[in-house]
Amino acid sequence: MCDLVEEYFEAHSNSKVLTSDRTLQKLHTPQLDRETLLRLLSENTPRYAEEIHQLNAKHEKNFDQWMMQMQLSVMGFNIVIYGLGSKKILLQKFCSSLLSDCDHVVVNGFFPSITLKAILNSITADVLQHEGSFRNPGDQVDFIANTLREDPSNHVFLIVNNIDGPMLRGDRTQHALGQLAALPNMHLLASIDHINAPLKLRKNVTCNCYKCQNCKNVSCNCEEIIWDQAKMSMFNWLWYETTTYLPYAEETSYENSLLVRQTGALALSSLTHVLRSLTPNARGIFRLLAEFQLENKDNPAYTGLSFQDFYQRCRESFLVNSDITLRTQLTEFRDHKLIRTKKGTDGVEYLLIPVDNGTLTDFLEKNDVE
Amino acid sequence: MSETPVTSSVSKGCFVFKSTSKKRKRHVGVGGYLVDGSDDNGSDRFRICQKLWETVQMNTEVIQDQLNKHVLDSLVEFIKKHDLGNSSDVWRQRTSEIPTAALMLGVNVPDHAMTFRSLCHLLQDSVTPFVVSVHAKECVAVKHLIQKLLEQLMGKGVSVDEEQEDETALLQRTQCTISALCQWYKTVSKKCPQVSPQRKENVKNNDLPQNLPVVVIFKDFEAFNSQVLQDFILICSRYTQELPFIFIFGIATSPSAIQHRLPHSVSSLLCIEVFQSLSCTQHLASVFDKLILNSQFPFKLSSRVIQVLVGIFLYHDFSVQNFVKGLKFSMLEHFNGQPLSVLCCQKKEALLCAKTLSQKNVERIRHLPSFMRYVETQEPQEQVQLLTSDEHVKDVCQKLLKNLHKYHKNYYPIVQCLHSLTSLLPKFPLGKHIRELHVSCIEKNLWETEEYDSAMQLLRILAKDELVAALEKCAEILKSAKTKRMQNVLQQVEDFIGRLEALEGVTSEDSTGDGVILEKNRRTDLFQLQKTLLEKESRRTKRMNPYEVLRSQVIEFIDSLVREYLTPAELQPLSEVCYYSSSGILRQRLNVTPRTSIQTALSHPFHYLQNESLKTNAGTISSAAPDLCIVYKLHLECGRLINLYDWLEAFVTVMSAAEDQDADSEENGKFDSLKHARFIQAVSEMEFLGFVKSTKQKTDHVARLTWGGC
Repeated sequence: MCDLVEEYFEAHSNSKVLTSDRTLQKLHTPQLDRETLLRLLSENTPRYAEEIHQLNAKHEKNFDQWMMQMQLSVMGFNIVIYGLGSKKILLQKFCSSLLSDCDHVVVNGFFPSITLKAILNSITADVLQHEGSFRNPGDQVDFIANTLREDPSNHVFLIVNNIDGPMLRGDRTQHALGQLAALPNMHLLASIDHINAPLKLRKNVTCNCYKCQNCKNVSCNCEEIIWDQAKMSMFNWLWYETTTYLPYAEETSYENSLLVRQTGALALSSLTHVLRSLTPNARGIFRLLAEFQLENKDNPAYTGLSFQDFYQRCRESFLVNSDITLRTQLTEFRDHKLIRTKKGTDGVEYLLIPVDNGTLTDFLEKNDVE
Repeated sequence: MSETPVTSSVSKGCFVFKSTSKKRKRHVGVGGYLVDGSDDNGSDRFRICQKLWETVQMNTEVIQDQLNKHVLDSLVEFIKKHDLGNSSDVWRQRTSEIPTAALMLGVNVPDHAMTFRSLCHLLQDSVTPFVVSVHAKECVAVKHLIQKLLEQLMGKGVSVDEEQEDETALLQRTQCTISALCQWYKTVSKKCPQVSPQRKENVKNNDLPQNLPVVVIFKDFEAFNSQVLQDFILICSRYTQELPFIFIFGIATSPSAIQHRLPHSVSSLLCIEVFQSLSCTQHLASVFDKLILNSQFPFKLSSRVIQVLVGIFLYHDFSVQNFVKGLKFSMLEHFNGQPLSVLCCQKKEALLCAKTLSQKNVERIRHLPSFMRYVETQEPQEQVQLLTSDEHVKDVCQKLLKNLHKYHKNYYPIVQCLHSLTSLLPKFPLGKHIRELHVSCIEKNLWETEEYDSAMQLLRILAKDELVAALEKCAEILKSAKTKRMQNVLQQVEDFIGRLEALEGVTSEDSTGDGVILEKNRRTDLFQLQKTLLEKESRRTKRMNPYEVLRSQVIEFIDSLVREYLTPAELQPLSEVCYYSSSGILRQRLNVTPRTSIQTALSHPFHYLQNESLKTNAGTISSAAPDLCIVYKLHLECGRLINLYDWLEAFVTVMSAAEDQDADSEENGKFDSLKHARFIQAVSEMEFLGFVKSTKQKTDHVARLTWGGC
């Protein structure tokens, strides 16, 4: 405990970071693209396959017990599994071996655009075969609760890979899931991976949440995924440790890793595509902004080009004749997510191209050739 | 398993699988899961388990009701009082204050639901049908709060009068305002006497039905947005003339929460009275009394299990509900894991079961450690019989079961007696609560502990009136015990009380004598005084007065009782049948530390993967470890920010150390692309687990998010 605190303060005592300035650009192949990565990894023979297999076989022996504990509706237990390694395969095996005769819904919490609505819809529309829409998730949860209560013999299993997934972390989502889990004939089997997932505190968690991934403040007070006491009692968890050591291949496949050149390629091609469909003047406007941004790439305090300055520059290059024209053009850029606007501290609007400098240089070069 | 269902997609995160067979397989009998293939009494065990579970449920509800009775009654009193106050219009005109009850419930939020439920029922039965309870979750804005209020109130009114349904449904959509509620309230209260004939009995003055208050319960006051609350209170205070509101705030922390949330201008509109509910420790004590220290309840917990459950209660949540959950889970585990638990039921049933034990179960009995200990103490001939004849084992088993039940019947009264004696002592050597005493009794021989010695020493210097009072309490406890032996003990205790009281004259004479001596010697010098005191001291040790003699007899008697009846439960033959002792499992299921598990897996892979090559010394990074473990260990050596390039380089260095490659060829960023790929994968996994996150503070750097750890 003492160590922990000291280490923390040691690391945060001075704002200067002592790391080398080498960047990945120095690498021979700075960034691998996704295909190469997957090909390379598939060639890699996993080590300790035998031990890992034994470990997983041990977890599979618990399947019957899980089933029994979830099905005792008088107790209303739900099961959460944790531990290092992907648990998706384990849950999949559970479904295929024990749930083939039961209605079940599998949710991938790590899926970047999973929503509570999607989960609820698949329960109401596909499992309970209800046609019609609901005003809000609360009503939908109530509907599910009432329907299941009327037919106590109808058991629905909800399998959630990563209930701590970025899109499910919200308080409301967790509350709704808790309400579902509390139903006597809805059985929840979930897995968690994030190290801060089960924190029961409300504040002062080192922030690593989805919505402020870009915030510079390492420990901000925004709400983390939290099961407070009320939720814990709704979920009524039984915990099982299932360390699998299996790679989180699927779970991480959606993430835009720093090291994979996926975003760059995508951004570049979308930039070129959108730009091609624009008028030469509009292209010129964008080019102006891009050049200005590249000029300032070494300036860490660069927040963007202010609208007034931008207008001045555009006028000078005979690209626009009034600020209304410029504004219309900017709206179009913004709609295509080519630029981002930010209000500065002085209330002035600053314009930025949300693309890294390497891609932007590539883009300008390509544009020059054309 | 011919085809594995697809549950991965780049466009979908939710997959539904309907049961394939047309007729849905209805709920597999749960008893089915308790049958472990070879065994035939799974359903019996399940039946017993369910019965016990129902007892637990019933008892906890009864306890809750009993404990809450006082505070709920006073709440109802409070509401009735204001209800009557309303009848005089003068009172209403004089003040627009809204009567408010602040109900202190303690931090164990999950337990509150039950309290509120019984409060709602009680109010609806005895005071007013207009009870609304709201949750902070449902009320993000005043609009929602008022909507909830109207829905709950009008929905209720409508359900008795169907004609009006359409009209109110319209109202709900068009105008969700308090004035709409006022209108509704007027119409409903006019015909209220006809609406609910039941209430006629409760309401004394039928001619004033409009006085029925509208009770709004804020279940989790602290969670409400303070602006919402302020607005709502301000609005309601405008309508106090027409609508007799009464608020109940469910508060988990302290009454000052109201001041924190509401400014003076708002809180002055409330007339607040504080109600304190019973503390959760008292609640736990009564649950303990009813379910654990009770010979009628056949299922028992071992000392370790009790410690785990009480630990969770005291250090994590203060929730009695969770404690009961733990108890239920232990029951389930016990009946699931121990085939002999079929004998864990009421005495008659258990004896019947013992007669019809299957051969397998007889064999299981022979393997019980406690039974083996029992066999060892028997004569050689008997030993042979026990090991060969199944019938004989069944007979002995019945005898032992009887003994076990007897043991429990005697154990609990004596534990309670001992507790009532020792709870008077300063510093509570044997624990403040009976649960602590119980735990140490079933764990080991109590009389061999130091705490017991010091308790006995303290008892030996107890004053007479205290001793008599304590013994009387013991007699009271023993009166409820039914066994013959306990009746015997009771007789003896009463005898002691009689003799102690008969001593009255003797002791008082003695003490006055002492007083006189002191009085006389008052003016002598210090040396003299010391001498007389010493003399007195030696005289006292030599010659005990009759009270002291009797007192030591009482203590001897208590000591003998403890040695006879408070033997550790584990030593009782067949104790495994009733006692659930896997505290480890319980902790793993209910109170876990996922992060520790992940960190252990990362830093000591050998713990999970039994491969010799993974055994490493602390502090070194072995190249044999899985990639993720290497990356994790390397990241521990970094500061706040980690340079990805350096991290990669370190990773490759560790990897190639094993392969004995020439390090020079790795220079200038020409890394093996496979290693590069593995590194990428490991870093994304680290990010996924929450150890690092990308940062824009410096190019190609990630921020480290955890500190400490091994």
